[in-house]
Amino acid sequence: MTDVEYSSESLYDELVRHKLILPVSEPGAFGRGAVFEDVLERFGDLVTRISKNDGAERMQFPPILDRKTFEKSEFLDSFPHLAGTVFSFKGTEAEAKELQAKVKAGENWEDTQSMTGVALAPAACYPVYPACAGTVPDEGRLVYMQNWVFRHEPSPEPTRMQSFRCREFIRIGKPEAVFEWRNAWHKRGLELLLSLGLPATSDVAADPFFGRGGRMLAANQKDQKLKFEVLVPVISKENPTAVCSFNYHQDHFGKIFGIYTPDGELAHTACLGFGMERVVMALFKTHGFVPAEWPKYVRDLLWP
Amino acid sequence: MVEDIRSILKEHGKLSVDIAGLSDDADLYQAGLTSHASVNVMLALEGKFDIEFPDRMLKRNVFESVSAIRAAIEELTGGA
Repeated sequence: MTDVEYSSESLYDELVRHKLILPVSEPGAFGRGAVFEDVLERFGDLVTRISKNDGAERMQFPPILDRKTFEKSEFLDSFPHLAGTVFSFKGTEAEAKELQAKVKAGENWEDTQSMTGVALAPAACYPVYPACAGTVPDEGRLVYMQNWVFRHEPSPEPTRMQSFRCREFIRIGKPEAVFEWRNAWHKRGLELLLSLGLPATSDVAADPFFGRGGRMLAANQKDQKLKFEVLVPVISKENPTAVCSFNYHQDHFGKIFGIYTPDGELAHTACLGFGMERVVMALFKTHGFVPAEWPKYVRDLLWP
Repeated sequence: MVEDIRSILKEHGKLSVDIAGLSDDADLYQAGLTSHASVNVMLALEGKFDIEFPDRMLKRNVFESVSAIRAAIEELTGGA
């Protein structure tokens, strides 16, 4: 391959120029065009095809999470800076007038809002754990879904979105079964992305935990090899972008949501998620911005 | 110092066993210390001993036993 130049600005400009993304005034909240969506759906179909014999059960939740589950999940202990809680107006007619007047005058109107019973989904898999509370069968459970997730990290980098789709598989069961499943999918995920001609590599990773305590949590996570990512250069060669991540939670969610194996032990959980928009951007960056011109073997996989 | 470390572990460590029954070299993670609890232990130690753990010390093995914690604090306070 000839030398590819990587930059966040040039990727954004090219995506806009080819109408693949549709700019809006807030960073990380752009729309997606028809061709972008077609590629995203085709990649999703490919994931479905390669996993069709796994016997995964589909669950679909809205892109919001009930606040009790959100609070219980301990997301705020690790990532208070990324969370998004939904606020709404609950006032009287007079107070509504006040709200409208403030908005029209360009004044701050946050004091007219109060917290609702929902938060934006911080990860696609969170509602699955309470849904699996109790004792799982001997062979455990395997669930999949695709959902929008929210992360409060506005950025001009096209790969860092405030809202994006994650295609996830979640495995719940005995520790050794969950660990093996995570390792098998790690290999499979890497092979899948390589088969699409993406220069993918994999590495041990850590989540962007908050603060100094977070640096310790990140070091712990790396030490224990609890998270792996598959990375592809998209906006930088030196710092490739994570397009897929594999997380082994050990008994974290089992303990919080009361999930047990038939022998009465706490169930372990793991999940893997493809960052769908990032995979699509990696394909555009690697093969060019016009899918009709992509190599035949890539097109054959995505448009069989 | 060991008594202060033990009392912080008792208050913040959320151990699944009584700290009094553990030796100074016992593995605290085996005794139920979670990653999040170890962060609270770390912050409480900083307050108690008026120290700040540098990034290189914000690691799992630094907080794995009473002895390991004591060694880290001694390093930061010049063995005082």
